[in-house]
Order: sequence, then structure tokens, then C-alpha cells
Amino acid sequence: MTEQATGSHPQPRPRPSGQQTAPAEQLTGAQSLIRSLEEVGAETVFGIPGGAIMPAYDPLMDSTKVRHILVRHEQGAGHAATGYAQATGKVGVCMATSGPGATNLVTPIADAHMDSVPLVAITGQVASKAIGTDAFQEADIVGITMPITKHNFLVTRAEDIPRTIAEAFHIASTGRPGPVLVDIAKDALQAKTTFSWPPQTDLPGYRPVTKPHAKQIREAAKLITQAKRPVLYVGGGVLKAHATAELKVLAELTRAPVTTTLMALGAFPDSHPLHVGMPGMHGAVTAVTALQKADLIVALGARFDDRVTGKLDSFAPHAKVVHADIDPAEIGKNRTADVPIVGDAREVIADLVQAVQAETADGNAGEAAKDGYAAWWDLLNKWRETYPLSYDLPADGSLAPQQVIQRIGQLAPEGTVFAAGVGQHQMWAAHFIDYEKPATWLNSGGAGTMGYAVPAAMGAKAGKPEAPVWAIDGDGCFQMTNQELTTCALNNIPIKVAVINNGALGMVRQWQNLFYDGRYSNTVLHAEETGHENTGSQVGASQAARKGTRVPDFVKLSEAMGCVALRCEDPADLDKVIAEANAINDRPVVVDFIVHEDAQVWPMVAAGTSNDEVMAARGVRPDFGDMADD
Amino acid sequence: MSKHTLSVLVENTPGILARIAALFSRRGFNIDSLAVGVTEHPDISRITIVVNVEDLPLEQVTKQLNKLVNVLKIVELEPGQAVQRELVLAKVRADNETRSQIVEIVQLFRAKTVDVSPEAVTIEATGSSDKLEAMLKMLEPFGIKELVQSGTIAIGRGSRSITDRSLRALDRSA
Repeated sequence: MTEQATGSHPQPRPRPSGQQTAPAEQLTGAQSLIRSLEEVGAETVFGIPGGAIMPAYDPLMDSTKVRHILVRHEQGAGHAATGYAQATGKVGVCMATSGPGATNLVTPIADAHMDSVPLVAITGQVASKAIGTDAFQEADIVGITMPITKHNFLVTRAEDIPRTIAEAFHIASTGRPGPVLVDIAKDALQAKTTFSWPPQTDLPGYRPVTKPHAKQIREAAKLITQAKRPVLYVGGGVLKAHATAELKVLAELTRAPVTTTLMALGAFPDSHPLHVGMPGMHGAVTAVTALQKADLIVALGARFDDRVTGKLDSFAPHAKVVHADIDPAEIGKNRTADVPIVGDAREVIADLVQAVQAETADGNAGEAAKDGYAAWWDLLNKWRETYPLSYDLPADGSLAPQQVIQRIGQLAPEGTVFAAGVGQHQMWAAHFIDYEKPATWLNSGGAGTMGYAVPAAMGAKAGKPEAPVWAIDGDGCFQMTNQELTTCALNNIPIKVAVINNGALGMVRQWQNLFYDGRYSNTVLHAEETGHENTGSQVGASQAARKGTRVPDFVKLSEAMGCVALRCEDPADLDKVIAEANAINDRPVVVDFIVHEDAQVWPMVAAGTSNDEVMAARGVRPDFGDMADD
Repeated sequence: MSKHTLSVLVENTPGILARIAALFSRRGFNIDSLAVGVTEHPDISRITIVVNVEDLPLEQVTKQLNKLVNVLKIVELEPGQAVQRELVLAKVRADNETRSQIVEIVQLFRAKTVDVSPEAVTIEATGSSDKLEAMLKMLEPFGIKELVQSGTIAIGRGSRSITDRSLRALDRSA
């Protein structure tokens, strides 16, 4: 009989200790819900009321501790809660009614699930007796969100509300964070119940392992000190575990190169000499190649996602793998780990620092480790100098999107938080803005949710009012969720939005350009010169390059939503317009940057190919001095 | 591919079967058989799942199951060290000529006849899936009019109980 334990270190169950339970009070379920939210410290809730959740909105009106921000679409509430969570490190909360209200949360919940964001979604449900009868605005949101939540609950009794809320917040924020949905039947909200806090939580099957095994740590330290070409492959888990200080110590102690994934930008200063950039499909040549040529990969809170590994069976063929993650299921899922470590990234890295020091003190370090992997750095530095991230300015003198994003980054005040949509502008924002601190880069990495930027920026700004927040958005993304600018304008959430307007669904267009013979099927967003004909299926290859879309007119649109709106079309005005946007802090600002539509994201590893085939630019395969043996 | 029998102890909460079934289908694993019932502890149910997978995906499915908040424990039961049983009810066509032959087969397999009518005999049999398969093969020529089978249930040999520790965890929380 082989036992597969549900966690090798049983942890004390999350039972509040030392706190005296306050005497019970008579309340409605709805009142106990709001009290519970106050008790768990949910300061901000993004949502929209509706029939089934209405009872909860009544006591919410009187709460002085919970600020509710009335969004314009539930998807906005979900992404705002995600942005809030990513910027503050706290659990993001969103609220919606049953049926369509709840289903509109599905995309942001799936998004938070892919990126391990602590989120609690509270939805109203039809009265418990009506469940299963196809009642008005009924949807089985617990069933629908089962595969995209860390856990979810259906509450049909008022007395279960406080315990469920406590458990939901505990599950969302501990272990590998993730979204938790709490669906509450309307009659449970209306019923009378007693309220006492803290409630007795009961989660016998939930025991995240945070403390790494000492033996595994020692094994990892041995590999690090024996390696010749190690790479620290840092993922979003390091940010979630608040382990960036420990990471810096480990990197500087070992002098191993650091690569931070799209989810980990800001976990290690971009300006640090040991940082070799972002890996993956659009990663820096040095980062991609460092992983390919490594003899040891130390993965810290990363999950060997296909956008990082490229074709999996040719990924890092010479590397041994140390894989540390708080989720045991990630270890060995895609790439076999030679040394698996289950634990919280902060504890893992802190322990690794000590173990590496001990190995070195015992005189066990190899020659390469002793001189800080100097030979490895010779190679890395050569690649870094030869293949830096770069872009060409358009020949026609129009704005280059990369330049716009770079200047926004350079002119932004310290501590600015950036939220990107999904597509070309996201990759450029990853490349050309320097992230020096944690929680300054928010994006939809795993799910790749277009329309994420504006609501996420709103959530970040609501959670961190003192920080400037720039949304870097594309014109495609912007048209999916810009309605939340109204929410920003009305709720004093002065975000800044850069619409990188190239009049096209740029990333898809880039792929059409590269892999579909320049047939631009349904990626053209701009109007024809002659008028406003259907732009859907234009084949744009034969047309002269265009710039931006004017339908809709983003300036007018943004002004209509109560924002200050600017437009920039000329590189000569770029800095002036950005400075103008930076100076406005009492209202949301939208800048419509009309950019060249043919700019492309490079470097690139084409989908399904090996990372060995990384292209520095179109048609430019870097020379690593190994062409002969390819 | 090889067969593996997993005993999954779960909190007896609504929707748990859906969570487990959905996880299997979402991750692309096929369930050969599934049986669920309450254990000696009313708050704990035991789900016996037979899957046909390679070792590596099995590890992944076990880890994913462990992530379900309502799952308390997962134990793989090795065939040699566990008793595995299925239950079969079969309605076999029978007349005066064949009835005695059918009853003989039933006795050979230590099964039971639980209902007799002029045209059919209903048989109840328990055993390993191999044994039941052999019996059904013998009965097939007579004509099986209706067949219903349970999923496999299994229990480890020896005095140890897989529920002990989980029960203690649950008691502490009570």
C-alpha cells in the first residue's frame, strides 16, 4: 500500500487561537456577511447589485469600513479586484448578483486562477428553494467556476455565512493563492441569525506546506555550488511570497544570473547587473539562451509554462532542475525535477542562502562557483551586448509604440504601478519599462485576458491611492473594458491610460504577417479612408501602412466618460504629452498614442518551436558560436 | 497504461463527486470505475476510483486531487495488498432446459440466484472483476437480458486502517 499523503507536514489547522469569541448578536445573514467582510479586513469591494444580492447591499450602505465601488460591468469588478490584490498583496473582493452578474465574473475568476491571485468573489444566488428550477437569473455558478477557482462554496443557511467568509479568505490568501467564490442564496441573506467572530473554521483537507525539507534544500545547495552554468528562473511565486529581499541575497551570494518571468517582473531589479531579462516566447535573447545552455535551473515559484519553455522536449536539454513551488502539483508537471522542493518561496530561498553558505564554508564549492561563474558570465555578457532589446523607429517619422512605452516608463514618477492589457503592447511594456520593485507590474499572464488593463489599473489605484498608476493598453483591449473609466471618474480613481493605438489587433496581425502570408483576416480595427465601412475582413497587406483608429474617437470617448483626454501623433510631442498626463492627478487621463501599425515584437520564439530557434529580430538568428552543431 | 486503484477519503459535502469527476475530465484522465459511499465516520465518504494511466500522469492526478479542499487523503491500493470487489446483478434468459445449467454456473462462481421467473433468472455475484468477467462469459450463451455492475471497492489487507489519521484530524476539529 503506497500512501500518498495530502501534505507531508501537517500544519496546525487555521483555527483562531487566543482570541475570545465575542458574544453572539442577532443579525440578518446579509448583515453578518458585511460584518464578516469588515472583520477579515476587506476595505474595498468592487461590484454591482442585482436581485439576489440586494439584501447584502442594504447593510453595505451603512458600513464605514467597507468601501464599495460601483463598477459598470462585473468583468470590471473582477479585474479590479485582481489589480487591487496584485498591487496591495491583500485579497481582492468583488461582488455580483446571480445569473448573468455571476457569469460576467467568470473571465476575471479564470484569469485570477491562472495567475494565482488571491480573490474572493461573492455572488447572490436565487433562494435555496428555487435552486435547480431554472428560476429567473439562476445560474449554477458554483458548477461553472469549479475548474477555475481554488475552491468555491454554496451557502444556503445564514448561520454558515461568517465561517464561509473566513474560510474563503483563508483559502484565497494562503498556500498557492487563488480565487474563491462564495455563492449565497437570497434567503440565507434575508434570514435572521446570530453573529460571532471569529467563527470556528473547519478545513481538515486544506494544509498547505510552507516549510521546505532540509534535505532537499541541502541537495539544491550542492547542485548550485557545483554548477558551472546555473540560472535562477524566478516566477510569480516569489512576488506572492514577498521573497524579493531573500532573492537578492541569494543572487548576490551565488552570482547566478537571474531571469524573471512575465509574472515576476519587479521581483528582481531590472537594472541589477545579475538580471539577464525575461525568458520565453518574447523573452530577451540572453535570458532564453541562458536557460537553454544552463547546466542547472533553479526554478523558484515558476511553473515551466509553455510560453517560457517553448517546445518542451528541447527546453534546456543540459540542465538539472531544482524546482521549488508551494504547489506540489506544479513540480514535475511539465519538466521533471531533479530536486523537488515544496514550500513557500520566502522560506525556500532563505534556507537556500544558508545552505549555500554552509556548502561554501565546508569547502565543497566547485571552481566555477568560487569565482562567481566568471566563464558563464563571459558568455552571458557577450550575448547581452550583442543582442540587447531594441527596436527600429518607423521610417515615415511616425510614433514607434516601443518608444511611447519606453518614455512613459522613463518619465513616470518613482513607485508608479503599470498595468498592461494583452498583446504587443504588453510585451513592449515588459521589455521597455524597467521594473525595480515588487508589485509595480500587473498583467494577465496565464490567461492572456484582453481588456485586463483598465479595470486592473482601477483596482490598483483604489488600493494604493498614493501611487501613480499607468495602464498600458492597446486599442483592441481598450475597447473591451474602457467603460470602467466612468467608474474611475466618478469615484476619484485618477488612473492614467496610454492607448497604444495602431488600429489593429497587433499581436494577431504580427502572426498573420509572419505565419499567414500577410493575410490580415479580421485584425483591422481602423476605418477605411473613404468612410466607415466594415473593417472586419480587409486584407491589409497591399495597403500603405496606417496609423491608429479614429472610430471610435478615443479622445471624445474618454472625455464623455469624465476623463482628461490627450492625443499624441508626433514623436516631437511625446515627452510633452506624457508630462502633461503625469501632471494630472485629480481625474483619470487617457492618452491616445497614434502609432505605426507594422511594429513587431522581437525577439520571438515561434509557437511550437524550440527555444534554440529564438530570433533576435525578423530573420536574425543569434549566433551563439554553435551554428555548426545545430 | 496500467490500472490503479485509488481510495480517496473526502469530506461528506455536497458537490464533492462533481469536483472529482470534473477534475478527471478536465485533466484528460479516464475513470474506469468509481464507487462512493460513507465510511464508518458519517462525515467522511470514501471514493474508490480505478484509473488506467501511466505512472507519471497518475502522480499528477493524485497531486491535483490532493489540492481539492474537501479531499482528506488519497491512498493507492496495490492489487496484491488489497481486497477488491465488484457487485454484479444479471438477468439471464432461462427456461426449463437451461435453468439448471445456469444454477450450476452460479454455484461454481459462488454467486446467488436472487430472483427466478419462468423466462429468467436474476443472479447476484460479487468478486474481483476477473472472476465476474469469467462468470459473465459463461452466462453469455444463455442470453443476458440485463446487466448492472457496481464500481470496484477496495480495502487494504492487514490491521491498519487508512481512515485512522483522517478521523483524528476531523475529531480535533469537532
